[in-house]
Amino acid sequence: MLANFDFSVILNSWRYLFLDGMTFTLTLTALAAVGGVILGTLIAMMRLSGLPVLPQVAKAYVNFMRSLPLVLVIFWFYFLVPYIGQWLTGAERPIQVGAFTSSLVTFTLFEAAYFSEIMRAGIQSIPKGQTAAASALGLTYWQTMGNVILPQAFRNMLPVLLTQTIVLFQDTSLVYVLSITDFLGAASKVAQRDGRLVEMYLFAALVYFLICLLASMLVRRLQRRIAIIR
Amino acid sequence: MTASAMPQAAGPMIDIDQVSKWYGDFQVLTNCTTNVAKGDVVVVCGPSGSGKSTLIKCVNALEPFQKGQITVDGTKIADKKTNLPKLRSRVGMVFQHFELFPHLSITDNLTLAQRKVLGRGREEAQQKGMALLKRVGLEAHAHKFPGQLSGGQQQRVAIARALAMNPVVMLFDEPTSALDPEMVGEVLDVMVELAREGMTMMVVTHEMGFARKVANRVIFMDRGEIVEDARKEEFFGSPRSERAQTFLSKILSH
Amino acid sequence: MNYNWNWGIFFDMSPEGTGTYADMLLSGLVWTIVTALCAWVIAFAIGSVVGVMRTLPSRAAQAFGNGYVELFRNIPLLVQMFLWFFVLPEVLPRAWGDWLKQLPNAPFYTAVVCLGFFTASRVAEQVRAGIQALPRGQRMAGTALGLTTAQTYRYVLLPNAYRIILPPLTSEFLNNLKNTSVALTIGLLELTARARSMQEFSFQVFEAFTAATVLYIIINLVVVTAAGFLERRVAIPGAR
Repeated sequence: MLANFDFSVILNSWRYLFLDGMTFTLTLTALAAVGGVILGTLIAMMRLSGLPVLPQVAKAYVNFMRSLPLVLVIFWFYFLVPYIGQWLTGAERPIQVGAFTSSLVTFTLFEAAYFSEIMRAGIQSIPKGQTAAASALGLTYWQTMGNVILPQAFRNMLPVLLTQTIVLFQDTSLVYVLSITDFLGAASKVAQRDGRLVEMYLFAALVYFLICLLASMLVRRLQRRIAIIR
Repeated sequence: MTASAMPQAAGPMIDIDQVSKWYGDFQVLTNCTTNVAKGDVVVVCGPSGSGKSTLIKCVNALEPFQKGQITVDGTKIADKKTNLPKLRSRVGMVFQHFELFPHLSITDNLTLAQRKVLGRGREEAQQKGMALLKRVGLEAHAHKFPGQLSGGQQQRVAIARALAMNPVVMLFDEPTSALDPEMVGEVLDVMVELAREGMTMMVVTHEMGFARKVANRVIFMDRGEIVEDARKEEFFGSPRSERAQTFLSKILSH
Repeated sequence: MNYNWNWGIFFDMSPEGTGTYADMLLSGLVWTIVTALCAWVIAFAIGSVVGVMRTLPSRAAQAFGNGYVELFRNIPLLVQMFLWFFVLPEVLPRAWGDWLKQLPNAPFYTAVVCLGFFTASRVAEQVRAGIQALPRGQRMAGTALGLTTAQTYRYVLLPNAYRIILPPLTSEFLNNLKNTSVALTIGLLELTARARSMQEFSFQVFEAFTAATVLYIIINLVVVTAAGFLERRVAIPGAR
């Protein structure tokens, strides 16, 4: 079996795989993680705000996103984003956006639902006395959140947020359904072109595995360090 | 084969011989040697962290030890050929936190091991369980679940559960120290009655009243060593070691 | 917004000639549910075994359990799907590979096995956490009564652990259900795939996706309700 493998196909295509494919995957992961955490934090704050309507809106958004498969959401936004662009800019026709923008919007909005649940748990884990103490010092809601609560919540939840980012990194492979050249997309295109499915998919699996294993080991180490500091 | 038909060894019921145990580099038991004769009630006391709970858990091999030997009713427990589940089924154990199985009714708690370990039929196991439940004064609670009973009641059920296996010896690991003070009495009453009926018992406890009432011997442990092993009268009269004296004066001044 | 809505589209015949577009979506829904249920059976069985192994005293069992979880958690599901579908038949002995390739409904079987093994790693993680959340004395009490290790797990540890992890298991089941959509890449005609083909045939993008969305939400609600019912049924009287 292994004797029939032709690993030169990997050597011949590594620039395409990594410079095109992996760059896309990592950029999308990083931007969507940052966007998702920011949006997710806002949603968590809405949910815990105690104001009228806002908590229900936030909860509905989270539950809605979490009950849909990511593949369906990717399709949704692929067709919806042009219309949203038209609506935002007041243009006459749907605005054609690139695959990258479409994916970024999708992953940011989708992962925000998951990040918001993490941030909600993080905010709730901070003792109520912290808010009371900040208010007693005369800090406003935004000052309290920005200077007292969120920094602590973020620090406590950092390992979980990073673990979710590893999940996000894996999830980005699903842009395959839009024929986008992310890492898996690139591997798949080479595989089809050269008829080398076995080599390319095994190689892709290995690369994902090593990156995710290394990342999750680093997260575990971080977790232990945070546990010691506390 | 029932417990009474097992070959009876001539020696003591429990023989602990030069037992040492380490957690990594930390030695928790050092050369512990003592024994419990048939029908004896031996109380083990000592400050927390003295190794007394670890020692009693070594007796039915819940905790492994690296050196020495323990023999229970003629069976060497550190012997690789020993059938530990079978041995344990003849050694009753009562835990500090009761450890009733929360998902099983009181009846099922009493019958599970009888049926699965001793192979008794449902009918027989239930009769046995009910008889023991009556003996600890809880027959009205048979259908309830552990979470619906008070701590004292749970511990009495736990004693009945252990007795249901027809043990030849009973081990008690701080049976009253997780209880609210007003419930300690009801559990001790059951234990005193058991002792008076002639059950062989090894009891880790701080209840010196219980020791005075029914114990034959008292063992005092400190830092993993058996410091004092004396007849009850001697122990309460004039403990030889200073550590035991200090401990007693602290315990009794409460 | 210059989009021509046409909600009547569901009652038009689909070009496949087997019924209306609504029928097409419903058949997709059935495949989604059947795939999810079959995969769950595998996931629950393997996940329980692997989860238990990670709590056994044996180092070898722990290492195997940990290795299983790391392997299946650190490769994207889509890549795993491709490995099972494209790679496995090629690396097996020729006769087996050929048998696999000519299997009718290959996408379905592949999806079930792939999702089963993948979800098992997540179930294993929950089972391990559930067992480790139990007081240490429970295992000791079982052991002290003379129960063997297997009996202690069967009658004492697992019944309690499963009760504790019922809520996270419910969300794993829902993840498993949603993940069936990844199998559209290997040709499984499940709900998302059907919505996608309806969009391609009819150009009524948003109607198709709205219908699929509503169906997914309904299944979610059914599962959550059923899980709530199950939780009340197995709740232990007097438990905090």
